[in-house]
Amino acid sequence: MTHTVLVTGVSRHIGARVASALAADPDISRVIGVDTVPPPSLTREGGISLGRTEFVRVDLRSPDIAQVIAAADIDTVVHMSLVSAPSRSGGRAAMKEHNVIGTMQLLGACQRSATVRRVVVRSTTAVYGSSPRDPAVFTESLEPHEGPVHGYAKDAAEVEGYVRGFARRRPDVVVSLLRFANFMGPGVDSPLTRYFTQPVLPTVFGFDPRLQFVHEDDAVEVLRRMATEDHPGTFNVAGAGVLLLSQCARRAGRLSLPLFSPAFKVLGSAVRRMGLVEYSPEQVRLMSHGRAVDTAGLEAELGWRPKFSTGAAFDDFLRSRELRPLGGARA
Amino acid sequence: MSVPDEEEGRVIPISEAPSFDEPAADRSADELAEQFAEQLAGLLAFLRRRVMGDYEVDEFGYDAELTDKVVLELLRPLYTHWFRVDAVELKNIPHDSGALIVANHSGTLPLDALMLQVAMHDEVGRPLRLLGADLVYQLPFLSHLARKTGHTLACPEDADRLLRKGELVGVFPEGFKGVGKPFSERYKLQRFGRGGFVASAIRAGVPIVPTAIVGAEEIYPKIGDLRFLARTLGLPYLPITPFFPLLGPLGLVPLPSKWMIEFGEPIRTDEYEPSAADDPMLVFNITDHVREVIQQLLNELRLRRGHAFPPFL
Repeated sequence: MTHTVLVTGVSRHIGARVASALAADPDISRVIGVDTVPPPSLTREGGISLGRTEFVRVDLRSPDIAQVIAAADIDTVVHMSLVSAPSRSGGRAAMKEHNVIGTMQLLGACQRSATVRRVVVRSTTAVYGSSPRDPAVFTESLEPHEGPVHGYAKDAAEVEGYVRGFARRRPDVVVSLLRFANFMGPGVDSPLTRYFTQPVLPTVFGFDPRLQFVHEDDAVEVLRRMATEDHPGTFNVAGAGVLLLSQCARRAGRLSLPLFSPAFKVLGSAVRRMGLVEYSPEQVRLMSHGRAVDTAGLEAELGWRPKFSTGAAFDDFLRSRELRPLGGARA
Repeated sequence: MSVPDEEEGRVIPISEAPSFDEPAADRSADELAEQFAEQLAGLLAFLRRRVMGDYEVDEFGYDAELTDKVVLELLRPLYTHWFRVDAVELKNIPHDSGALIVANHSGTLPLDALMLQVAMHDEVGRPLRLLGADLVYQLPFLSHLARKTGHTLACPEDADRLLRKGELVGVFPEGFKGVGKPFSERYKLQRFGRGGFVASAIRAGVPIVPTAIVGAEEIYPKIGDLRFLARTLGLPYLPITPFFPLLGPLGLVPLPSKWMIEFGEPIRTDEYEPSAADDPMLVFNITDHVREVIQQLLNELRLRRGHAFPPFL
């Protein structure tokens, strides 16, 4: 059987890597990548080669995506196009529209399509929020005490709601919902990776959160498997173990600057205006209470576990940015 | 964990190193120097690992190295010299499998939790994973210190997870009602909540070890409560003791009462199906049974200890 796979968000790093991994699979006849901007590899800026991926420039918020799906007889959709931080030009409103309206349009097109039989959606462990009242380790079935009310995490929670609705209406389609921990790795550029490359790391006074990362290689492998095999359900994806923020700072050889949380928020909005790093309320909560998830479900389903632990993923990121602890490299 | 065991301090009998025998004294001095150098190297390696972030914490945030080498080291003088804790019937604690340690809670400030942890670590050789109130995890410093020393939030998910991993989990079912009760009610067990701890033990099929802690009641005798101030600060209570707030920070020094900790006969739960955890009748019955056993242990142990401040009071 021939496969035609649609990948959204190919102009971003992980999206491009997933598209090129799928393009390298001989069982897949066509890979169609869509995004609102052309991928860097097509604009002579370098970046990940997309292989034989065909790029179509589509704004997900418009109904054009339905035509792409109908025209190409797509059977697998990999939805990666979730924006985690507002862009400098668009702001929060555009981000929300992109994330939520974009997903609605895409799922609407999938629902009408007769060919789509597998949908893989990228979500985030941020949907669990961070709270002192929640269990230390989240499993997929757990309802958080305080759900996300801001930004990216709220978008993701809404996207998940639409995905579940879609799965109910089209029980014949295999729907995989993947909740990824923060991506970490040489090619990842996220608010969190930018945070760790600052000379001084502002932290919340009196708190030392647990953080969890997933290496980009593992993330790509999980998405590739989900796109080529049937694994219905919701799965947490994270590297084994946790790192404390203080431990991350030590491994990166960065000094931390403890700030009272109100000061943290003021500083947050100040640097956000300069477009450097993001300290959203969601981020401040994460920086206070941390979050860890259980990945037993994914490991049982795939019979595979991420190659990089949280610590190894962070070390790989540090190596690529040439960050090392005070007093030389770790053995 | 890849921490090499610290070499035990060797005891050199006086007869082997008499001070009038010059060469022997030299040799022991050399050995001492060597031992000192080894300890120094160990300390430097430890500091190096800490500065570089080269250590492991588990998914709950438990930093075993920090707990063993720093936190317990600081608590030990309090355990051995200040409260002179006697831990008895240690054989009732399983050596390699999960168990739920259920103890009475008292003392205004939860020092009993810390002493129970030292007892487990030093006398049984196992870490104790306590389940704490959510207030602990909202407060700065306390929240991450509690996690780093191996404790987590009292919720069924965390309790089940720790017990499934075969850990020793400790709970104080009385909660704030127990730790914050007035001095006049000392050694009277308070109500035991909903018995969630029993349900967790049944689900995991681990024994419940009823535990009595005697001595913590006398460290800060609570004779009053600044209710209004406590409510303003969002605290469950703000105690008045004979020395606090009268003597200011000096009033925070706990009174040196004599402590005893007794571990009772384990109560088995593996004869029930895990689904029995959803049977409220059974859970309430076992909860009541555990409570009675602990109250009995407390009464006996209090008699056995005698004066709270021996030899006079």
